[in-house]
Amino acid sequence: MTNHWVDIKNADVVLIMGGNAAEAHPCGFKWVTEAKAHNKAKLVVVDPRFTRSAAMADFYAPIRVGTDIAFLGGVINYLLSNDKIQKEYVKNYTNAAFLISDDYACADGLFSGYNPDKRNYDNTSWGYQKDKDGFAKIDETLENPRCVYQIIKQHYSRYTPEMVNKICGTPKDAFVKVCEYIATTSVPDRVMTIMYALGWTQHSQGTQMIRTGAMLQLLLGNMGLPGGGMNALRGHSNIQGLTDLGLLSNLLPGYMSLPGEKESNYEDYIKARALKPLRPNQMSYWQNYPKFHVSFMKAWWGNAATKENNWAFDYLPKLDKGYDVLQAFELMSQGKINGYICQGFNPLASFPNKAKIGGALAKLKFLVIIDPLATETSEFWKNFGVYNDVDPAKCQTEVFRLPSTCFAEEDGSLTNSGRWLQWHWKGAEPPGEARGDPEIIAGIFTRIRAMYAKDGGKFPDPIVNLTWPYKIPSSPSPEELAMEYNGKALADVTSPPDPKNPKEPPKVLAAAGQQLAGFAQLRDDGSTSCGCWIYSGAWTAAGNQMARRDNSDPFGVGQTLNWAWAWPANRRILYNRAAADPSGKSWNPRRKYITWNGKSWGGADVPDIRPDAAPEEGVNPFIMTAEGVAKLFVPAGLVDGPLPEHYEPFESPVPTNLMSPNNPKAFANPAARVFKGDMEAFGKPKDFPYAATTYRLTEHFHYWTKHSELNAISQPQQFVEIGEDLAAEKGIAHGSKVKVKSNRGEITTVAVVTKRLKALDCNGTKVHTVGIPIHWGFKGVAQKGYLANTLTPFVGDANTQTPEFKAFIVNIEKA
Amino acid sequence: MDMNRRQFFKACTAGVGGSSLALLGFSPQAVLAETRNFKLARTTETRNTCPYCSVGCGIIMHSLGDKAKNARSEIIHIEGDADHPVNRGTLCPKGAGLIDFIHSPNRLKYPEYRAAGSSEWKRISWEDAFDRIAKLMKADRDANFIEKNAAGVTVNRWLSTGMLAASASSNESGYITHKTIRSMGMLVFDNQARV
Repeated sequence: MTNHWVDIKNADVVLIMGGNAAEAHPCGFKWVTEAKAHNKAKLVVVDPRFTRSAAMADFYAPIRVGTDIAFLGGVINYLLSNDKIQKEYVKNYTNAAFLISDDYACADGLFSGYNPDKRNYDNTSWGYQKDKDGFAKIDETLENPRCVYQIIKQHYSRYTPEMVNKICGTPKDAFVKVCEYIATTSVPDRVMTIMYALGWTQHSQGTQMIRTGAMLQLLLGNMGLPGGGMNALRGHSNIQGLTDLGLLSNLLPGYMSLPGEKESNYEDYIKARALKPLRPNQMSYWQNYPKFHVSFMKAWWGNAATKENNWAFDYLPKLDKGYDVLQAFELMSQGKINGYICQGFNPLASFPNKAKIGGALAKLKFLVIIDPLATETSEFWKNFGVYNDVDPAKCQTEVFRLPSTCFAEEDGSLTNSGRWLQWHWKGAEPPGEARGDPEIIAGIFTRIRAMYAKDGGKFPDPIVNLTWPYKIPSSPSPEELAMEYNGKALADVTSPPDPKNPKEPPKVLAAAGQQLAGFAQLRDDGSTSCGCWIYSGAWTAAGNQMARRDNSDPFGVGQTLNWAWAWPANRRILYNRAAADPSGKSWNPRRKYITWNGKSWGGADVPDIRPDAAPEEGVNPFIMTAEGVAKLFVPAGLVDGPLPEHYEPFESPVPTNLMSPNNPKAFANPAARVFKGDMEAFGKPKDFPYAATTYRLTEHFHYWTKHSELNAISQPQQFVEIGEDLAAEKGIAHGSKVKVKSNRGEITTVAVVTKRLKALDCNGTKVHTVGIPIHWGFKGVAQKGYLANTLTPFVGDANTQTPEFKAFIVNIEKA
Repeated sequence: MDMNRRQFFKACTAGVGGSSLALLGFSPQAVLAETRNFKLARTTETRNTCPYCSVGCGIIMHSLGDKAKNARSEIIHIEGDADHPVNRGTLCPKGAGLIDFIHSPNRLKYPEYRAAGSSEWKRISWEDAFDRIAKLMKADRDANFIEKNAAGVTVNRWLSTGMLAASASSNESGYITHKTIRSMGMLVFDNQARV
C-alpha cells in the first residue's frame, strides 16, 4: 500500500477492483464503511461476481474475467476526452510533459522492438528524447505530439465505451456511471483510493493491470494524498515483510537486486542501479544505492567484505535468467532440481496445474518440509484416492518433515500491507518438539558451515565467512536479528562537513557499535552495517520501535505515528510531498497533510522529501524515480510494454482480441513466457466454453484454516458457484453434484446456483463464469476436497510470473 | 473472600452446616449474589497479531499459567485488541477461529522422515534430521555448484536445490533464512509474494 488501512477513512470515492476486501480483508474493510458513514464516500465495485464488497457498494458493475485493462483504459479515455484530470498535478508531478523517442510506436497490439521468435521486446525505442546534458526533454504545453500526454491520449482513444462493452461485457451505461464516479475526484479537493489484491496480480498481464490503476490515480491527482493511493491489500500476514527483505529469486533486501551475469563487474552493477537524475534538481534517491549495498554486504560478511574485494561482490550469485516458482517447477519436472525446501509453503496446492506440480516433486531426491501443520505437499507421495491418486512405491523422493512454531509461540515482527512492522510476543510453548524457524534454519546452516570449515568443498568462502554473532549460535534470537537488519555503526559515523561552517569539527551521529537511527546514516565506506536499509529505524539506540503501542492520532487523520513503526522512516503515506501543490500549499485547504511552512516541510506525517527543499528549488515528490515525477509512460523496467494494452487471458472464452483483431500474435500477452508443453495444455473454447476464476471465502484462509475446527465447521464442504442461466442451460440443480473440467484435470463437487454470477454479452459471445473457491484439499479437519489448482493453467504474468489463477476456461456437467 | 457458587455449596456441606455461615466471616447474601467467576480474569494476556491476511489485526491471547517455570502455558482464548488502531477489537471469521489453528489436531509435533518408496512416516530426532539434511545439501552443492559460466565469468550460483520461504513467518525468520540460503549461492528461492 502507498497509504494504509485506517487512511481509507479519508477517501471520497473508494474503487474496489481486483479484490474483495469485505470478505478477504474484513477488518480492513471497516475503514471503507467508516469513509461511507463519516466522509460521505461512495463505494464503487467492479468485479465478475457480485461479492460482499459489491453488496456494500453505491454502484456495482460486472466485468468479464481478465479484461480489466480494457475497462480501465476506457476510464482513462473518458477522463482525457471529458477533461476530467487534475491538470496541475499531471503537468508537474508526472512525466506527461516528457518527450518520447520518435522511434516509439504501438501498432496492432505490439509495441516497437518486438521479437516474435524470442517473444520479447528490445525497449531502446521507448526511451526519452535527451538534451546535451543528458536530461530528458519536456514540453510544458503538453502539445508536442511526442510528449507522453499526447501519446497516451492517442493510445487510449481506441478504448471507447462501445469497445469496453464488447470486450468486458459491462453494459455501456454501467461503465459510464463508473467513469462518472471516478471523475468526481479529478478536482483538487476530492480523493479516490483504489483497493486491489490478487484479482489484479494473478493474470498474464497483472503488472500492467495495476499500472493502469496507478495511471488513473496519477491523472486524477490522487497519489500521495490522504484518502488516495494505490493500495495492494496483499495476501499473507508477512508477505510485505518477506518481499521487503528480498526473499525472491532475483532480489536482495530493501528492493536491491542480484547482479545478472552480464554485469558481473561491481562498477557496472552499481552504475545500473545508482540512477542519476533525469531532470535537474531531482533527488533520484537510488543514487544512494552504494550506501545501502555496502552496508548490507558488511552486515552479512563483516570483515570479509572489503573495499579491495568490492565488498565481497563475488559472494553474490549471478543470474542468467529468472528462477521464479514456475521456472523452478519447470526445471523440477525436467529432473534438473534435486533438493527442495518448503518452509510454511504448500506448493502442491498453491501453484498451477497440480498434476505437473506433483509430478515434479516426485522427481526430487529430497524434500524438506518446515511447517506447523501437516500440509498436502508434505504428503504428495501418499494415496488419497481421487484427491491424490498416486502410488507411494513409485515415488523415490526422501521427505523430511520438521515441526515449526506458529505465531502464538514466538516473538517477532510482521509487516502488514500498510508497511507497519508490528512486534508480537510469545504466549505459549509449542506442541511436542516443535521449534522456531530461526532455530531450524540455524540447525541446518551451522552444520553445513562446520562441514565446509572442516572438509572444504565448492566455494566455501561466503558460507564460512557469513557473520554469525549470535549469543546462542544454534538459535539466533529475534531481538538480535531485528537489531542486525536495522543496522549499526562499525566506526563512528559523523555528519558531512557544513558548507556554511567548514571549520566546524564534524558531529558524531552514531558512535561505533551504536544502533543507527535510520538509513540517512548509512555510508558506503564500510563504516556502517545494515541488513535491510528500508528497515533501518525499526530498532534504534532508543530500542524496539516496532513494539510501540501509543495509538493517539493528534491530527485526526488516522496516522498514529507512535503505533508500531512503518517503513520507510516511519512514513505512513508514500510520496506525501504530492499532498501539496508545487508552491507547497495543501491541494485541499480542509485536509492539510504535508505543507511547506516557509522553512521546512511538515505536517501530520514524516515528509517524503528533503526537509529543507524549498518549493522554488523544484524538487519533485517522486524521489525514488530518476525523473522526480511519476511515470505514466514507462521507458524501461517492464518487459511487456511502456503502456498497458489489453490482451486476452491465455485461456479465453472469446475468439478474438478486439483491440488487435487481425494480429494473432497479440491475442494474449505477447511477452509472457510459456514453457514448451504448457502452450499445448491450454484449452480451446469449443471444448471449454465457460470463463472460470478462483477466489477465497471469508471463513477461510487459503489451504490453512481447513486445519482449524471452527473454520472447518463454518465452511465444511467444497463447492463451485454458477449463475442461474447457466444452471438452467445445463439442467444443474442447486446443491447437485457437478464435474468441472479444464484441459489439465477435473474436479467433482457441489454446485451453488447463485444470482451473484450473471452471463455477459461480449460482442455476441454469451460468457458464463464458473466461480471456484480454493480452500479444500486432502489434509485437514474439513471435508476432503479437490485442490482447485487441479484446473489452473501454468502461465504467469510477463513481469512477475505470478500465475494466471483469475482467468481460464472450463466445462461443467452434471456429475 | 472470593468464592464462586460451587465452592459456596461445598462449604455449606462440609459439615459446618448452613446456620454456621456467619462463623466463616461473611454474609451468605453477598456470596449468593456472586455470579460465576470470569474465567479470563485469571489468565495471562499476551499481545500478538493475526497470522492470516495482511491487515495485521492486533489480538490478545489469554493463556492459563502465569509463565512461571513450572507452569506450562496454554492459550485458551483469543480476541481482538481494542487498542489496535486498525481492527479496534474486532476479528473476522478467519481470525475468530485462531484458537483452533493453535490447537489443530494436524499440528506437527516431532521431526519425521519418509524414505524413498515408503508409504509411512518414521519419527526421527532433530539431530538426525539436521545432520542428514545438511549432508544432502552439501553433497548436492558440491556436485552442482557453478563457479564460472560458459563465457568464463564468475557466477557462483547453485541451481540444483531450491527453497520456498514462508510469508507468514516473522521478519526475523525471513531475514535469517535469506542470509543463510543466499550465502550458499542459491537462486531458486521465492516466497508467497510470487503467487
